[in-house]
Parts: sequence; structure tokens; C-alpha cells
Amino acid sequence: MSAINLRLGAFAAALALLAATSSGAFAQKKYDTGATDTEIKIGNIMPYSGPASAYGVIGKTEEAYFRKINAEGGINGRKINFISYDDAYSPPKTVEQARKLVESDEVLLVFNSLGTPPNTAIQKYLNSKKVPQLFVATGATKWNDPKDFPWTMGWQPNYQSESQIYAKYILKNHPNSKIAVLYQNDDYGKDYLKGFKDGLGAKAASMIVIEESYEVSEPTIDSHIVKMKATGADVFFNITTPKFAAQAIKKNAEIGWKPLHFLNNVSASIGSVMKPAGFENGQDIISSQYFKDPTDAQWKNDAAMKAWNEFLDKYYPEANRADASVMYAYIVSQGLVHVLKACGDDLTRANIMKQAASIKDLELDGLLPGVKVNTSATDFAPLSQLQLIRFKGETWERFGEILSGDVGG
Amino acid sequence: MSAVEEVVTEAPAVEAVPKRAMTLGVGTSLVVLAALVLAPLFVKNFIIFQMTMLLIYGLAVLALNILTGGSGQFSLGQSAFYAVGAYTSAILMEHVGMNYALTLPIAGIICFGFGFLFGQPALRLSGVYLALATFALATAMPQLLKLGYFEHWTGGVQGLVVTKPDAPFGLPMSQDMWLYYFTLAITIGIYIASVNLLRSRSGRAFMAIRDNEIAASAMGVDVALYKTLAFGVSAGITGVAGGLGAIAVQFVAPDGYTITLAISLFLGMVVGGVGWLPGSIVGSAFIIFVPNIAEGISKGLSGAVFGVLLFLVIFLVPHGARQVAIVAQQMLGKLKKN
Repeated sequence: MSAINLRLGAFAAALALLAATSSGAFAQKKYDTGATDTEIKIGNIMPYSGPASAYGVIGKTEEAYFRKINAEGGINGRKINFISYDDAYSPPKTVEQARKLVESDEVLLVFNSLGTPPNTAIQKYLNSKKVPQLFVATGATKWNDPKDFPWTMGWQPNYQSESQIYAKYILKNHPNSKIAVLYQNDDYGKDYLKGFKDGLGAKAASMIVIEESYEVSEPTIDSHIVKMKATGADVFFNITTPKFAAQAIKKNAEIGWKPLHFLNNVSASIGSVMKPAGFENGQDIISSQYFKDPTDAQWKNDAAMKAWNEFLDKYYPEANRADASVMYAYIVSQGLVHVLKACGDDLTRANIMKQAASIKDLELDGLLPGVKVNTSATDFAPLSQLQLIRFKGETWERFGEILSGDVGG
Repeated sequence: MSAVEEVVTEAPAVEAVPKRAMTLGVGTSLVVLAALVLAPLFVKNFIIFQMTMLLIYGLAVLALNILTGGSGQFSLGQSAFYAVGAYTSAILMEHVGMNYALTLPIAGIICFGFGFLFGQPALRLSGVYLALATFALATAMPQLLKLGYFEHWTGGVQGLVVTKPDAPFGLPMSQDMWLYYFTLAITIGIYIASVNLLRSRSGRAFMAIRDNEIAASAMGVDVALYKTLAFGVSAGITGVAGGLGAIAVQFVAPDGYTITLAISLFLGMVVGGVGWLPGSIVGSAFIIFVPNIAEGISKGLSGAVFGVLLFLVIFLVPHGARQVAIVAQQMLGKLKKN
């Protein structure tokens, strides 16, 4: 009993102290757990090990970026303390790490945690604790749901809006085509497929002649390509991750199947897809982008690209510059810094969500010209614009206007 | 006889553990129990959550221990039973609206049936071949859960979100603390039942099969029945652990029940000491906390650090926690004499 009394006493004393300090000289400054005059604690969960460990570079780049911010004086004088844990892409482990971040490390917010299943696992918990789950690193559509999950916000253009853009393009320019779709048999592939079908609307059933799926564990997808060619389809929507995308482009050329080829933005990388597949095999492929491909020669003298290279030289020299994830992390980190700066001295969790939900036409280093970050109280999808691109020679050529396709969760 | 054949035909590498050595003395048990009951009163909710997971994985390791330590059969497929238990609880709670406590016996019974049926073909296999067959089960399970045919129930790749129960009767404790005591009660119940099972006629039959199958059948033990029964019991307990895991984590998804989980449980059993039931909790602590420690030492090389730690344990105390306990007991005995 005495132990409890002692604890109560200590607690009361702490409360009194807190009341004294907060009502005194610092009246204008407001903090929640995880923020002080000198520090902002940011939590993060990444698959540094396990099946999705290739994405671990996102966490490493973010860590490097916040080191740069701290070296330059921090945010409004406060240093960022970036705490990043490994969940091996296993949802139960994600829950454990999220609870550790919130209850043990006492972070202000959880930033850019990666993967759809891991984020789904912690969404309810973070929302019940009223801890921001900011800019999650997944393209699923469901993160844009401010009504049911006011503490969760997405970041990148979601898969469904992207495939709707392709569907609209096909309906406009090739309304009588026969479409073959190849997709990875998981949430990512199915999300793309759903958006595509929604975009085609009533014509989906008659236009799509074959839906082929493959497992991520298959060594090669050659047999699927042969099967799709046999249907006589003249449009091919390729929903694959980089390794398989390169295989598909190569195989198409080998067997002489020349459909109008749409490649999802996940694999629109020159370094990891177009080059290994052979530039001559990838001509006229259509895809979309929202940030600059660091391996694309057209950005060689671009100011933002130079800044990116300087940052990597100084803070993360071992980074693989052909990896789009490094650019991705660079951009999303700038997004967080913008939000924290906008919060000023009111570093409460509520204010963070408020500031994150009131971004207007923000341009960040690395985004394509014309692509801007926009949010509002009812729009929790910061990036929703994409630029259609076509592969010509050894580079992506942008064409048409910047398109946007907002899909709610 | 070639080296490979020798490995296969010889008795599996499970050391015969006398049944008295499978449990703790009464005094020690009470101390451990008191620690488990009192600890949550003094720690944060996050630690309570970790302790709940400790008990849950402890149950799953215990189940494997009955199978391997008790009846001498290997399994790398425990993650499949764990997944079936977790999904049974989650589906019954979210789609049928059943009370969480009622879903656990159902999860246990379904997994018992599942394990018993799987035990039938497994009868023809032994040693490494049986381990491989169960391995197949573990690799198949996450993909089966993703099948479009079941998607309406399982939520497919997106998984299912489970609601965490509040403490009943308006008890003044947090959800985490209530769930901990709930789990603790179930764990103690299953532990006592397991100890009694291994001390009973059936337990003696398990151990006779483990020590020498031919001799066991000559003594009149129905080898086929008891082998499948061991599989069923083990799967049933794993299923209950899976159900509890789903409630504690509040989420089930195929990615949570991969082969890595099965191997972790196997690891937990070896570290805790094969055939020593109290070691299950030590093994469970190893698989929960050591990866965190490894990550703390080096983020980039956490896998390698974990490997080194595991190697040290296997090298220094090959019989796991049981060996440590025996040494400690001997030292205490010496002290008493002096």
C-alpha cells in the first residue's frame, strides 16, 4: 500500500510541477508527449529484415535526412530524435514495436511505417491512442479515410487512382481494344486491378480478355506471357514489381508480342527495370510518375537532383542511387519537416494532424514539375497527381497534362 | 549403411527425459506463479502486453514440447495450427459476434481435429521426413489464407481487425491487464493439464513411443492412435494460443503466420530444453526478447547478432534452460549441505 501511496505522491508532485511550468513563462508553447523545447521524438517501423527488407533503405535514408536537418539547426530549434524499429514485415511484431514506440519511447507521432498489412495492424491502436500515423508508406487506397480514422494519413498516389488514369486513357484512345492484365497475387496487385476495372466501368467485362496472376515466389513469369499472347490481346496492363516487370518486357520482345504496354508506376524505373530489360525492348511503354527517376539522364543538371546528390554524398554515401526508394524517402521526409515547421511551438498531436491536413500546393525537391502536395480536412491523400510518361530512346518522355485521380478509402 | 540412412533409421535425436524431470518442484512453481501474478501491478501497459505475448508463445512452445519432447515427433508446421486458431477466433468474433472467451475452446477443438487428421498421413513418416511434411503445411498456410474462395471470411491479404475485450463486471483494470490475467489463467490451466497428461497412461504411452516404437507396440501401445493423438493435442493447444494471440494483437493477416513463426517456435523449444515443460516460457522469452536485443546492438546486422547469440546458447548450454536449471539445483543442494 505504501508503494502505491509513494507513487501517487510522486505523480501528484510531477503534475504540480507540470502545471507550474506550463502556466508560467512558456504559456504560448504547447506540447504533447514526445516533444520538448529541445527535441521532437519521431517513431518509425520498417522491415529491415524479412521478405520486404529491400525497403529498409527508406528508413535509413530518412534517418540520414533527419541527421542533416539536425546538423542544420533542427526544426524551430528542436532536434529530431528518429527512433526506427524493425518489424520484419510481420503484423504481430509491428503491433509490438508500435506499442513500444508509443508507450515506452513515448514518441510524438509514428511516421511513414511501411506496408499495408503492418499498417492495418496498428491503425486501430494508434487511432484509439490518438497518436498520428502520418504519411504511411503504402499505396493502398484505404488510408484516405479521415472520417473513420482521423489519426491516419497516406502519402503517395494510391494504386487505384493510378490504374484509373490508365483506364481513362484506354477508353479515350483505344475504346475497342482487347486487354490482357498480369498482376501479382496480393493486396497490391488486387488493388491495382480493382481500380482498373472501376475505371473501365461497364466495359471492363467485355474489354478485359484475360486476368493472369502470378505468385511473388515464382522464379519466372514467362509462361504467363505466352498464355496472354495467345488470347490475341492488343493492350497489356503490367502490374508487376521490378524484377518481374523486366522479365515481362524481355519476354514480350522475345516472342514478338507487341501490344500497347502499360507498366505500373511501381516499376517505372530506368535503373532497375528498363535497362536490365533492354532499352530496345521497352520502347513506347506507357507508365506514370510523380517523382523524378534519379537514373533518368534528363534530370542530370536539375537543381533538385543536385541537392539530392549533395545530401547523399554527405549523409548517406553508401546509398544506391538507382534505387527509387532513396528518392521516395527524401521526398516524404521533406513532407514531415514541412508539417513540423508549420506546427511552430504548438507540438500537440491534434495540431500535427491539423497542419498535415492543411497543406496547400506544396512543392518538394524531387517531385515532377507540376506535382504538388495537397490535403484538407476531408482529403487525407497528400499526393494524388501523376504524369503520364512514354519510354523513348533511353529516357521517359512526359506527355499530356498532370492528371489526378482521387479515390477515397 | 550410409550416413544418411543411419540418421534416418536411428531413433530421433530426442533424449529420453524421465517424466519427473519434466516439471518444476512445488516450491519453485509457486515462486514463478507469484511473480507472474504480481508483476503486472508494477509495470507499464506495454510491458504487460509483452508479458501476454510471452505467455501466448509459451503455450505454443509448450504444445510443440508435448509433441517432440513427449512423443518424439518433429513438427515445423506449428505456425499453420497457430494460424488456424487465430483465424477461427477472429472470424467467430468479428463475423459471428461471439464472445472472445467462447471462441478459444472452439479454436482448440478445430485445431485438434485438424492436427489429428494431419497426424494420419504423418504416421507413415518419421524423423526428418515428418519435419519436411509439416514444413510443407507451414509454407502452404499463408497462401491458403489468401485464397479468393475464403476471402469473404478471412479478409484475404488485408486480414481481419479484431476488437480487444474490456475487463468484465466493471473491474477497474486496463484492457491489457485483464487480457494478461485471462491469458495467465488459461496458461496455468493448460500447463497443469499437460503435466497431468504426461504423467498419465497416455503420457507414458507417448514416451514409450518416443523411446522405442517397436518396444512400445510390443507392450500393447496402439502406436498409430497415440501418435495422432499427440499431434491432435499439440495442435489443439497451439490453436488456443493462436486465438489468444489474435485477441492480444487485435489483427490477423497471412503475413503474421509464415514459416518464420514455425521456426521461432521450434527454436523456443530447443532453447527452453526439449521435453522440459517449464522451459517453454524461457524459450518463448528468447524468441520475443533476443531479436529486440540483437536489433539494439546493430540495426543492419540484427540477423547476424541474433545468430551469434543463438549459437552461443546452443554451444554453451545445448540442453537449454533445463541444463541451467539442473546446474542451479545442484548448486543449491550443495549450499544446503554446507
